[in-house]
Amino acid sequence: MGTALQLSHITKIFGEITANDDISLTVRGGSIHCILGENGSGKTTLMNVISGLYRPQEGEIFVNGEKARIDSPKDAMKYKIGMVHQHFMLFNQNTVLENIIVGEEKCGLLLKTGEQRRFLQQMIDQYQFQVNLDDRIRDLSVGTKQKVEILKVLYRGADTIIFDEPTAVLTPQEADHLMEILLGLKKDGKTILFISHKLNETLKIGDYITVLRRGKVVYETVNRDATPEKLAYEMVGKETRFGGFERKKYRPGETVLKIEGARLKDGKKPVSFQVHAGEVLGIAGVDGNGQQELEQLLIGLTKQRNCRLEFCGKDMSQAPVLERKMAGMAYIPSDRLEYAVMEGQTLTFNYLLGNHSREEFQSHGLLRNKQLNAYTEECISTYDVRTAGARERLGNLSGGNQQKMVLSRELSQKPKLILAGQPTRGLDIGAIEFVHTTLLEERDKGNAIILISAELSEITELSDKILVLYDGEIMAEDVNSAFTRESLGLLMAGKQAEDSLAAQAGGKEVDTAK
Amino acid sequence: MRMMIDFIFLAVNLAVPLVLAAEAAMIAERAGVICLGVEGMMIFGAFFAVAGCYFTESPWIGLLLAILCGIAAGLVYGLFTVILRGQQVVVGVAINFFAAGITPMITQQIWGREGASETVKSMPELDLSGIFGGNAGLSWFVPITAAIVAGMWFFIYKTKYGLRLRMTGDFPLGLQTCGVNTNQYKLGAMVVCGILSAIGGAYLSIGYGNLFVTDMVAGRGYMGVAANIFGGWTPLGGALAAVFFAVVQTLRYSLTSLNLPSQLMQMLPYLATLIALVLFARNSKSPEGLGKL
Repeated sequence: MGTALQLSHITKIFGEITANDDISLTVRGGSIHCILGENGSGKTTLMNVISGLYRPQEGEIFVNGEKARIDSPKDAMKYKIGMVHQHFMLFNQNTVLENIIVGEEKCGLLLKTGEQRRFLQQMIDQYQFQVNLDDRIRDLSVGTKQKVEILKVLYRGADTIIFDEPTAVLTPQEADHLMEILLGLKKDGKTILFISHKLNETLKIGDYITVLRRGKVVYETVNRDATPEKLAYEMVGKETRFGGFERKKYRPGETVLKIEGARLKDGKKPVSFQVHAGEVLGIAGVDGNGQQELEQLLIGLTKQRNCRLEFCGKDMSQAPVLERKMAGMAYIPSDRLEYAVMEGQTLTFNYLLGNHSREEFQSHGLLRNKQLNAYTEECISTYDVRTAGARERLGNLSGGNQQKMVLSRELSQKPKLILAGQPTRGLDIGAIEFVHTTLLEERDKGNAIILISAELSEITELSDKILVLYDGEIMAEDVNSAFTRESLGLLMAGKQAEDSLAAQAGGKEVDTAK
Repeated sequence: MRMMIDFIFLAVNLAVPLVLAAEAAMIAERAGVICLGVEGMMIFGAFFAVAGCYFTESPWIGLLLAILCGIAAGLVYGLFTVILRGQQVVVGVAINFFAAGITPMITQQIWGREGASETVKSMPELDLSGIFGGNAGLSWFVPITAAIVAGMWFFIYKTKYGLRLRMTGDFPLGLQTCGVNTNQYKLGAMVVCGILSAIGGAYLSIGYGNLFVTDMVAGRGYMGVAANIFGGWTPLGGALAAVFFAVVQTLRYSLTSLNLPSQLMQMLPYLATLIALVLFARNSKSPEGLGKL
């Protein structure tokens, strides 16, 4: 097969940031071409250039050897390029069918869909997607939504399909299933551009691999020549450790937090557990199995009448969030943008959040800006938050740096318990390593840590004890060494080590939608 | 029986402007624009209908002028909210103030008095006395309004442009990635919103009455917006809610025999709006992209 898509000297500048710096790339037809890079390395920008959402300042695009002018998504469609976005472009209120055909209804004024329905059903059967065309998007699981996105580009007759971080939101089983779908598409002659920052999946399916760093192409290779070490080195620009953290011996101290009778889902058994000083309690589970509820219950965003919560020997069942935080709970919310920071505000302001009533930052209701500024500067430098300054808007920081900001704010007040929800979601290798090391340091200092995560490797690497949540109930609780990766995977899918066949998630039971 | 029929006719008459206002708000908000300017555009409609009628002596031309003015007002509204991305609430309120301020001024210029215009010819009525007896007549606006509601329902749910309009209000970026120019839809919706508001206003001045009076719209635009929310941002729901408000208003006239304080009776429709909104609007689902720039 010849060249399906060729980019030549693409440069895209936003204000003072050069997101894509003179990028040239050749994609062979009928292959899976992976673009690997950390967050903020310019992958998504590049794909948006190809799909017509952004217009580059310089550079040309060639499709099948001919120069193409792509100024809008419509143009991209004309050249048979489709994109499956990282953040789904779907309409919650509408049916699957409506979502797929909109903009390309292939009918007159009246909405007649019989023909399209037959065509799509055929496609669904061919790829075994198990999607019902009449379901509403809001009722679907994340994995199914992604299939709808794929159907959308196929319906539009795309030959080249861009997947932007497709596995970021999927469970391990769903991700495996997606890989099969991608290979199936490749077999049908489609060209696939696969954007990712995960090494293993890139190595698993990529025929060709291109690594981006700071907006530039730094490394290109074919799969058989690629090694994870080399790829990681090129991505980050320095040597990276893979796991293998040093830690003190596990010697749990006294109980820091005890929770009893917490009902995470209606009609399910309430959960109870405790965490000790110097212990990392990993809470494993696929998203949407009660983690969000547990997290909010622990920090006090929601309260339950029959749920008893004891913190450092004190009953705090009905205490408001502020009281819990002042008593020594640190909270790293899983939904960073919703609960942890305000994107439109400065870093200084964000450092004030949750600290606003501490003596050092206020006197008689007035802010003490001097102390606040000094505190901000100190946090920024000790945690190496990469920013232009304390007055920078938080939204201008990369995800990793935003998370560092949250960590520094939460940990600087000497907490006794750290409640970390999905602390590395959406972060790149460098930032993940930082978060992990920091959490383990806190554990070694003798603090208790509750780590809620859907990343299996994160749970097994960091936890002293593991608790598996499924559908709002505790499936198992034991020390780390009692579990294997496989047993954890099964427990997360709700299987007590039996009939592993149905372990493939993806149906509505594990709905992770809000 | 006679009383019953009179009651229904009065309710229908009072419902027309509210239903039109509700449909106007519905189409704009379904496209994602918070639409408080209905009130102002109704004032314009009421004024220009009378002006057109006064100079040509034809109420139909008056209605036509009101519609043209509604198109212009909708375009300006759309220009500020959609193209220039102004704060939608602020633009809406500005339009209301502008309309309430400039119409008395032009009234003064044309007729030499500030509060009201001279009387003009009203729209002809459909004579229904043969069926209902008495002097039962219905304005031509009533069937027009009914047709508009039905048309709105058909457009929103049965055509592909209606589908796109709904999606525009929910998630414009998503639709743009499907290659649809969402601003066209928003602008179109604003124009239709202007037309419907203007017809509603024209009904007040040349349908139900026969002159333009300052303050004659009296918050009906806002009540239309409320009816739209109450009706869950749907064409039929909004119309039903508007009819409900109209019935409450009618009660105000027919309950005079109860000897309640008149202030209390005047409060009734607004009170009903408030209570209905608090009780029922909590559960209705607004377009997801409403008010987002």
